[in-house]
Amino acid sequence: MSRLTGNVEMAHGGGGRAMVGLIRNIFARHFANPLLAQGHDATAIAVPAGRIAVTTDAHVVSPLFFAGGDIGSLAVHGTVNDLAMAGARPLALTAAYIIEEGFPLADLDRIAASMGAAARAAGVPIATGDTKVVERGKGDGVFITTSGIGLIPDGVDIGPHRLAGGMAVLISGPIGDHGIAILSQRQGLDFGTTIQSDSAALCHMVADIVAAVPGIALLRDPTRGGLSATLNELAEAGRIGMMLDERAIPVRPEVAAACELLGLDPLHIANEGKLVCICAPQDADTLLAIMHRHPEGQGAAKIGETTAQNPGFIRMITAIGGTRVIDWLSGEQLPRIC
Amino acid sequence: MCLAIPVQVTALLAGQMATVSAGGVVKQVSLALLDDVAVGDYVLLHVGYALHKVSEEEAQRTLALMAEAGALEESLAEMRAAP
Amino acid sequence: MKYVDEFRDRARAESLGRAIAAAADPARQYNFMEFCGGHTHAIFRYGVQDLVPGNVHFVHGPGCPVCILPMRRLDDAIELAEAHGVILCSYGDMLRVPGSGRKSLLKAKADGADVRMVYSTLDALEIARAHPDREVVFLGIGFETTTPPSAVAIATARAEGLRNFSLFCNHVMTPPAIRHILEAPDIDPAQAVRLDGFLGPSHVSSVIGSRPYEFLAERYAKPVVIAGFEPLDVMQATLMLIHQVNEGRVNVENQYARVVTREGNVKAQDLVAQIFEVRDTFEWRGLGSVPESALRIRPEYAAYDAEAKFQLTEKESRENKACECPAILRGVKKPKDCKLFGKACTPESPMGACMVSSEGACAAYWTYRRMETLAEMAADRAAAKVAAA
Repeated sequence: MSRLTGNVEMAHGGGGRAMVGLIRNIFARHFANPLLAQGHDATAIAVPAGRIAVTTDAHVVSPLFFAGGDIGSLAVHGTVNDLAMAGARPLALTAAYIIEEGFPLADLDRIAASMGAAARAAGVPIATGDTKVVERGKGDGVFITTSGIGLIPDGVDIGPHRLAGGMAVLISGPIGDHGIAILSQRQGLDFGTTIQSDSAALCHMVADIVAAVPGIALLRDPTRGGLSATLNELAEAGRIGMMLDERAIPVRPEVAAACELLGLDPLHIANEGKLVCICAPQDADTLLAIMHRHPEGQGAAKIGETTAQNPGFIRMITAIGGTRVIDWLSGEQLPRIC
Repeated sequence: MCLAIPVQVTALLAGQMATVSAGGVVKQVSLALLDDVAVGDYVLLHVGYALHKVSEEEAQRTLALMAEAGALEESLAEMRAAP
Repeated sequence: MKYVDEFRDRARAESLGRAIAAAADPARQYNFMEFCGGHTHAIFRYGVQDLVPGNVHFVHGPGCPVCILPMRRLDDAIELAEAHGVILCSYGDMLRVPGSGRKSLLKAKADGADVRMVYSTLDALEIARAHPDREVVFLGIGFETTTPPSAVAIATARAEGLRNFSLFCNHVMTPPAIRHILEAPDIDPAQAVRLDGFLGPSHVSSVIGSRPYEFLAERYAKPVVIAGFEPLDVMQATLMLIHQVNEGRVNVENQYARVVTREGNVKAQDLVAQIFEVRDTFEWRGLGSVPESALRIRPEYAAYDAEAKFQLTEKESRENKACECPAILRGVKKPKDCKLFGKACTPESPMGACMVSSEGACAAYWTYRRMETLAEMAADRAAAKVAAA
């Protein structure tokens, strides 16, 4: 719980004393690190020689606070994970806040504290930031944009161009947690569940993955649109097909039950702390063992294989032994009664 | 049509409502369409209403028939084929 | 989940698959109509066709309440939200369906109308209680499974004096629709499809019981097996139908005995009869006018009837002329026979009834069996070229 009272005012974005106070009492306090302490318009970072990965994300999640996280930790995890999916070791993050006039300072404090904690757990400093305030009604509470830079180790070349038939497809753990956690709070759908968002930084696990198999073909984190969107994107970009085994795809019983209740398919539900790994078949066991050693990799499993035939189609052997195509949904899945 | 799932009644509430659970998910639903529902019963849930009780006995019988079906059919086929 | 996972078990599926293969007579075809959209969805989602021999065919029927809602009724719902300023509550299924001019309830919401997705009529009643100064209309769709919850909603509104709540009733009935399909050969021989039996709907039957299907056996000499919702239920019911056909029997059998009885849920039936009465006729998208196949709210409950409370403008539904839904809904044609399928008509931009819902035959083929369907269409085109040459 925050000790702060009162709300954000236009003055907090005005560049004057109020803004300096906000930054010092909230952001600098929670993000404190030597880079940030430089206190310049731009932060100087000594970067080792090599290839730099850079990424950016705008975060507009609603609700701002959810079981297992909030927009602050989500923002850190999202950007850190984007860097990790390139095989990069994250070096630094940036954070730009757009805050709506009237937003409670206590909530802002909570978000910044969460963001700072997430950054420290990931081992990535927030090196610079920006604060703006918009008039009441012109923002949804708070929007956060984060960017990140990372260092790609030598020998790492991850991307759909590496995909071919006959590779193993792995997932780092059960799917659908984040989307169900968010949905359970949504008005008109309320159901009780202990499901928490799986929002987590994957960089530590990826560092071990890339150290063990530097030639790994592909890492990607399935977020909005669920596992199905990610696999379909990869099939299209890599011009390959896939054949999955439904019984091998991990789903928590509560997530499965919530999906049954609402007529949803876990394959289309958002995740925020999972990765798909596509590798040579002989590396699959090594990689699964590495993932199992990390908290973010509990429940990691091999779920299928890539195929050279039927490029662009993700197919699956169903629980009963039939086959189906896993389609790419356009737009969010809506609960159904039929 | 008609997505309905079997859920277990865990508590009876006022106003013909009940708390039900399925796979760890908990919901408050209406019993307005059923009589004599007890805690522990399984009911079919559709759009927030319990529509019918689920019979454990019938479920077990159905499952047993399914498991035997292959062997049974094959012996019937053998009998038909036999001279 | 109990009573769910066991009915998706691989070993039992294989046992049933072997049984069906042994029972099906290779010298004949078996065409079974699975009336219910939920069965269509289960068959495709689990790939049940892959576990039955090639001479056993599932013919998809019109049991998809989203598919068969005429466009002008959806336009009416949108008008209620936009022109009459009501809080329009709807199940999720209807929100993306395009009405005339490609406008959906979701688009109306984006344009400022107060459209709210609800899971249950219970939620709509809550909204009505919370906003006594606003009119709340619930878009009632669905077959006999979904009608009782609407009946309870009206009974509750009446008991509480919740005068700002009303139902826009589009509830339809299963047995009249099945009769309509079977009468088609009398109406138009070209519409005839050879049907050897019916897979009866799961949850409709939990409410109405197995009795209402007995006329199908008696009058039309078609066997019916009421089938549960899970893929193993569908397979077991298919086996039971094959046995009936082989043995020349014409009975109503109940595979879904764990939830369906001959009498059904009498309490629910009585409540529905108290609140609703049968319309003389109702337009089903794709089927045209079907006599005595839909419900309206009785005059004594007119205060809770959106059609009585609000003046709605006359509307016409205009369908794309190339759309083959009418034939597909009767089981006479398949999605790949339609010129629009997969081109102008996809789940993202549905042209007709069969594509608007994930249970519609066209949507099911496109979403779950697109690879095989595209291959069949290519093969058909190649064969047509050879024939023409």
